[in-house]
Amino acid sequence: MAFVELAGIQKQFGDVAAVDDFNLQVERGEFVSFLGPSGCGKTTTLRMIAGFEQPTAGTIVVDGVDITHRPPNQRNVGMVFQSYALFPNMNVADNIGFGLKVHKKPKEAIDRRVEELLTLIHLKGRGARFPYQLSGGQQQRVALARALAIEPQVLLLDEPLSALDAKIRVALRTEIRAIQRQLGITTVYVTHDQEEALSLSDRVVVMNDGRIEQIGSPSEIYNFPATSFVASFVGTLNLLAARVVDPSAGRLAVEGQEIRAAKPISGARSGEIVSVALRPESISLEEGPEGTNRLRGPVVDVSFLGSIVRLRIRLGDGPTVSLDTFNDPNLTLPPIGEAVTVSFPPEASLVLDQPAAAPGADVAAGD
Amino acid sequence: MRGRGSLWAWMIFGLGAAYFIVPLIATFEFSIRTKPDMFLAYRQVLADPKFGDGLWYSFIVGVLTIVVSLLIIVPTAYWVRLKVPRLRPIVEFVTLMPFVIPPIILVFGLIRIYSRQPLVLTATDIGSNVLLVAAYVVLSFPYMYRAVDTGLAAIDVRTLTEAAQSLGAGWARIILRLIFPNLRTALISGAFLTLAIVVGEYTIANFLARPAFGPYLSLLGQNQPFQPAAVSLISFGLTWLAMGMITFLGRGARTRVQVAGAR
Amino acid sequence: MASAMTPVSVRDAPPARPARRRPSWSWLGLVPFFLFSIAFMFLPIMFLVVGSFQDSEGQLTLENYADLSTGVIPNAFANSIEISAVTAIGGGLLGFLLAYSVILGGLPRFLRTALMTFSGVASNFAGVPLALAFIFTLGQAAILTAWLKTLGVDLYGSGFSLYTKIGLELVYMYFQFPLMVLIIAPALDGLRREWREAAENVGASSGQYWRHVAIPILMPSLMGAVILLFGNAFGAQATAFQLTGGTLNIVTLVISSQIRGDVQHNPGLGYAIAMGMVVIMAISIALYSVLQRRAERWLR
Repeated sequence: MAFVELAGIQKQFGDVAAVDDFNLQVERGEFVSFLGPSGCGKTTTLRMIAGFEQPTAGTIVVDGVDITHRPPNQRNVGMVFQSYALFPNMNVADNIGFGLKVHKKPKEAIDRRVEELLTLIHLKGRGARFPYQLSGGQQQRVALARALAIEPQVLLLDEPLSALDAKIRVALRTEIRAIQRQLGITTVYVTHDQEEALSLSDRVVVMNDGRIEQIGSPSEIYNFPATSFVASFVGTLNLLAARVVDPSAGRLAVEGQEIRAAKPISGARSGEIVSVALRPESISLEEGPEGTNRLRGPVVDVSFLGSIVRLRIRLGDGPTVSLDTFNDPNLTLPPIGEAVTVSFPPEASLVLDQPAAAPGADVAAGD
Repeated sequence: MRGRGSLWAWMIFGLGAAYFIVPLIATFEFSIRTKPDMFLAYRQVLADPKFGDGLWYSFIVGVLTIVVSLLIIVPTAYWVRLKVPRLRPIVEFVTLMPFVIPPIILVFGLIRIYSRQPLVLTATDIGSNVLLVAAYVVLSFPYMYRAVDTGLAAIDVRTLTEAAQSLGAGWARIILRLIFPNLRTALISGAFLTLAIVVGEYTIANFLARPAFGPYLSLLGQNQPFQPAAVSLISFGLTWLAMGMITFLGRGARTRVQVAGAR
Repeated sequence: MASAMTPVSVRDAPPARPARRRPSWSWLGLVPFFLFSIAFMFLPIMFLVVGSFQDSEGQLTLENYADLSTGVIPNAFANSIEISAVTAIGGGLLGFLLAYSVILGGLPRFLRTALMTFSGVASNFAGVPLALAFIFTLGQAAILTAWLKTLGVDLYGSGFSLYTKIGLELVYMYFQFPLMVLIIAPALDGLRREWREAAENVGASSGQYWRHVAIPILMPSLMGAVILLFGNAFGAQATAFQLTGGTLNIVTLVISSQIRGDVQHNPGLGYAIAMGMVVIMAISIALYSVLQRRAERWLR
């Protein structure tokens, strides 16, 4: 049985469903992320687990116990807030020890535990500092320690890194994951940053508009997106409109150039427009072996991104497709305007459920 | 605890409301005891030229006070924030001093100083009016400065100024066209507070022998039974109206001015 | 937090000027302000200070200060301090509860707006109109007194009078509550929801949250507000005058009667008493400023 089970969770605000039909099972010790754009319901769901919102329907079960209607101060889940929410009138040690004090633990036990946690978050000796004397990253580490002090069953983090600088974000997220692994604590992490979600999680729950779009490992989400939303939200993606030529053979035409999908196309008839998703890294700047798909067009843009070079090729009248290639100083890149041929294997193209938003829209999303 | 209003909260609010409303009701009840006509007192008050004169005089003085006060305080607060932040504690202290001086001392001091050469202000009407406005401006300092300072804190004055300067604006233009408009709410609330103080003030107006509303009200209170009640309610109602207007006007202008790009 | 920009005047010095120094004429911009303050505030205060050292013939003397401990004056100070303290603490407590009820108590939004507007009005409704309003309510011939009598409660019979210290305290509350509401509302707003949630999250009950988190955070604002209320009550004069005809022995009334020459013509004594009042008020203001700064730092 799963350690945390959310079944049929729904949250209505008036006649707006902020969260609808949310079902999830989290194993003990697992690190799960809720990923999605602002307003998708991920924070609301997290707050329902914490007890700050009451679900309109559904149940929340932790370690076999139904906590759906328990008040937030009796749930034994630890929460880390986006704004840290450290108590300004207490120093670091008192902040961390607050939960234990409230549970009437003896002073020595509290002091010991606070020392333990200070070491864990690499702030040993800073117990007497006050929140306003700390940097953002330090404050967030203290917030984490405060949540962990009461030895919660589940750790909840609500976009904990959004308020921090980019460099600190990367360093801190690695630290959070390391601590989580060390303690083996079941964790739910809410974020809108797909890079964070992919690099940290055992599994990712992609949400949109209150509903779950897909649940899977980071690799599954990235490489096998179930819907066009997931495909466009996670990672950079080329989304092309293609006309179905022969569904049973998987043949499509993009701006008049024919390509082949790896599998027959189900659910669409000849002549219909569907979306084809292509990851930039799966396209190569060469003719490729027999049987691969080829597209031809002039280069319109070359961007140097450090370890990656991204080229954009125009197809036909409007749409462009981006391809990523590893930086190689010895390789001469085609100048802008030159017509090139690019290729990709049939397996790299994903035919998705609905057509792209506008025909030929090139969605390089997820930046 | 944040349900549909706890019983506790309703009770407290109810008691508070009762405490505030009962005297007003009592005053109203008293004011309509006149015979034979219930609203006789109100009619008399409104017909009395001294009521209108007193109110009008105080209103004009109030407006003048607000204008002078703004002209002094806004550039000063702006300058302190921008150029001489080290002097800020001193300026703040000076603006808090009017709290410390009893008005009667202020007016006596002013009379003594400005009734002898070289600056004899008390001898003439104009001179006395000037003194009155000056005294009221001093009394308004704490409120005006606090309101303006808070308003300035909410907008990024430095960046706003630099942007304007890079576009070629001079100081006067910056203050008039940039600072004043962005301080709308702060200025309005400071202005109305000042107006309320001026219209209700008694001591200074009395000792300077000015025909203001405060002395009128006091005299009325000593001579007439019912009219003071009517006047009290009228002035209370007017103040309420004014305050309601501030809240209403202030609603739109409470946006923070974003000068920097996305954060 | 403030941006980490260096002030423009320190970098990017225009090359034309060889030795770059921050121009120290900037304070000139404050001249109008200081001139005005000197002319219409400091000079009268100087007059007060000097006058307190003069007797009725204008000779320099310390007698006025010596006289501060004689006659009714110490009692006046005691009364003023008592009235101010009582209305500050009482008004502070009740004003806090009132503000809490509309801001955090879950009452409909329009009640909060109404209370704020009303507080803006009521905190200025002092002086003559207020005194009159209470006379109409609880004076001997007033409506509430009569109504209470029908309930069997004889106010004036059992020694209560509106025209005493207690009565004045009751009247002062009318502008002390609203003032407290106005001052403490921003602080209550600043009490972030996440603090409460963080406290609940680690197991605190509502009471524990208030005791360990909310009240300590609010304490500087609360204390500052109470001190401001104290000063406000101490300096009030017109209300007391209208209510008691100038007979109650409090500092502000004593000052005005001395200066007007009602009693012996010794304005110098009045000035000395006023100096005493100034000192008390100045201490209040200073304490208030210190507490405000502390509150600002925490509630940022």
